[in-house]
Amino acid sequence: MANVQFENLFKNYGEVKAVEDFNLKIADGEFIVLVGPSGCGKSTTLRMIAGLEDITAGNIYIDDSLINKVHPKDRDIAMVFQNYALYPHLSVKDNISFGLRAQKLPKMEVENRVLEASETLGLQGLLSRRPGELSGGQKQRVAMGRAIVRNPKVFLFDEPLSNLDAKLRHKMRAEMKKLHKQVGTTTIYVTHDQIEAMTLADRIVIMKDGVIEQVGTPNEVYKKPNNIFVASFIGTPAMNFFEGKVKSCSKSLTTITLKDQKDIKLSSNIYEKDQDIIFGIRPEDISVNLDKKSKMKDSIELDAEISVIEPMGHETVVICDSNYGELTGKVESSHTLKENMKVKLIIKEEKIYQFDKISEKNLLL
Amino acid sequence: MKKNDQIIERLEHLNPSKILTWTLLFIGSIVMVTPIIFMVSTSFKTGQEVYTLSLFPKSPTFENYIFILKESKFLIWLLNSLWVASFSTASVLFFDSLVGYTLAKFKFRGREIVFVAILSTLMIPTEMLIIPWYMMSREFGWIDTYWGIAFPGLMTGFGTFLMRQFFLTLPDELIEAARIDGWSEFAIWWKIAMPLVIPALSALAIFHFLGNWTAFLWPLIIVNDPDMYTIPVGLASFNGEFQMDWEIVMTASCLATIPTLFVFIFLQKYIIKGIMLAGLKG
Ligand SMILES: Nc1ncnc2c1ncn2[C@@H]1O[C@H](COP(=O)(O)OP(=O)(O)O)[C@@H](O)[C@H]1O
Ligand SMILES: [Mg+2]
Repeated sequence: MANVQFENLFKNYGEVKAVEDFNLKIADGEFIVLVGPSGCGKSTTLRMIAGLEDITAGNIYIDDSLINKVHPKDRDIAMVFQNYALYPHLSVKDNISFGLRAQKLPKMEVENRVLEASETLGLQGLLSRRPGELSGGQKQRVAMGRAIVRNPKVFLFDEPLSNLDAKLRHKMRAEMKKLHKQVGTTTIYVTHDQIEAMTLADRIVIMKDGVIEQVGTPNEVYKKPNNIFVASFIGTPAMNFFEGKVKSCSKSLTTITLKDQKDIKLSSNIYEKDQDIIFGIRPEDISVNLDKKSKMKDSIELDAEISVIEPMGHETVVICDSNYGELTGKVESSHTLKENMKVKLIIKEEKIYQFDKISEKNLLL
Repeated sequence: MKKNDQIIERLEHLNPSKILTWTLLFIGSIVMVTPIIFMVSTSFKTGQEVYTLSLFPKSPTFENYIFILKESKFLIWLLNSLWVASFSTASVLFFDSLVGYTLAKFKFRGREIVFVAILSTLMIPTEMLIIPWYMMSREFGWIDTYWGIAFPGLMTGFGTFLMRQFFLTLPDELIEAARIDGWSEFAIWWKIAMPLVIPALSALAIFHFLGNWTAFLWPLIIVNDPDMYTIPVGLASFNGEFQMDWEIVMTASCLATIPTLFVFIFLQKYIIKGIMLAGLKG
């Protein structure tokens, strides 16, 4: 087990800047998830830790020792690849023990550790099979087995669940979490799926175009996103955004004009006059009302028309058209909402996120 | 009734293009097989009967075989050929795949130049190289040695090219996984990359072994001592010594074919079987 540290890490592929000024300290035993859209440099970062990619600039430390120039085999890390990369000509057992045999461990010890790992992962019955004779989920387990049997300092996972179907992915996600609790090895996990990130991570690192946008616990990045990108990336359905311009502001009251010239009043005083604002509201914080009268305190009301209803069992996603763009709400399914109904969307002021339109920064932080 | 239906059904499958294909294949196989049949049948004929074009010998005899095995140096030549062809094939499998792997899976400066240089050797005919080879061999004292016969074929541009193309299809992740698993680059090549290109290795082995087995020009030039002849050179020597004893030449040819059959039968199953790259993808 070990801590991992990145110092001003850069990676260029010719003109392409894959990773830019990456700084992060990962504590011993922490489960870190790198998340971001495809092409944002997650895999590149992981591969630099593994030693599979040269570092353009900066430093990586494992256990406080600099490993920039250390050969992959001497870094004591284990990696699970997106396509598993099982050796097709070797049995499951040989796949799992391949790394141990490189260390020239005694035969008995190899045997014992393979057995132990296969028990942890429920692979006992499959040890003599070839990868070609396994299902997707089984291959995934073997790939995990190959990693845990080595008992490395750090686990690296590159989208390990993305080739599985939804149900299996859910199951393996839970097992992954259990496994981490059990072995407690420092883990760096890459995914483009924010749900995976939220459910697995101790801390999430959100990346975009090679740059870290925010580092924080799942709760932090959900509740206190640094900027519009993080706010829109985390949470499903994604956060709603609509624009406004500050009309006037005083100590305790700000008037903001929305797109359709409607004025709303907010009790915060963080703005400058004429500032362009982007408001964010999470679908679960919108309440969809049919009756016209309810004027609640400290909340704003927006007129809208339901365009699509997506029942999801105990919840229903309601997509509405409005003068401010498309707004999505998530409500309990007992509602008697129908498509094409005119509704009022009620939003509590305290639930509204506010971003500067130019810098895209969260104004409430 | 039922049988008739089946026949009609079969006839319906016989479209003109199929008939044409079969006819061409049939003619082709006759053209290929006839000389071999005559080779085998001549080997059982007596000297007087050689020039009659009968398919079956009138009085079949094993005299020719006995003569070849007892009176001639055929067995020595067979061993020479076996030794040279096996050694050369082993060398080609090892070095061509090592170079091919390096060209396919490592990035280094000048890689493309090396590759093009290797490819361009394919365009130089053996006939042009024979004089420099010979001068070299004389200088180094390689005349009448196994090494002298074998050295031009210990690495081939074709094999390097073939192996490179196959190694290119191997996913990089397999190699990276093995690297992380702690193996040296050489061990990765040997334990991971090579087993996955066995079909290509088998094809290359057959191709190279047969090419070497039938090679004539270079062995003829580099070898003077009859004890060092390879089979093709030995066969040619029958012509001079025994004034066209065709039945003897044919008998020796029959015997010389047997090892190639074994090589082919032994290796071809690896070509067909192949190993699916099924460890990847869900
Ligand atoms: N070997 C490479 N050569 C050139 N560009 C690359 C290479 N690998 C990745 N890139 C580029 O670097 C960027 C980051 O890639 P990657 O780390 O694979 O993204 P992610 O894993 O987040 O999807 C992308 O723009 C990609 O095109
Ligand atoms: Mg990736």
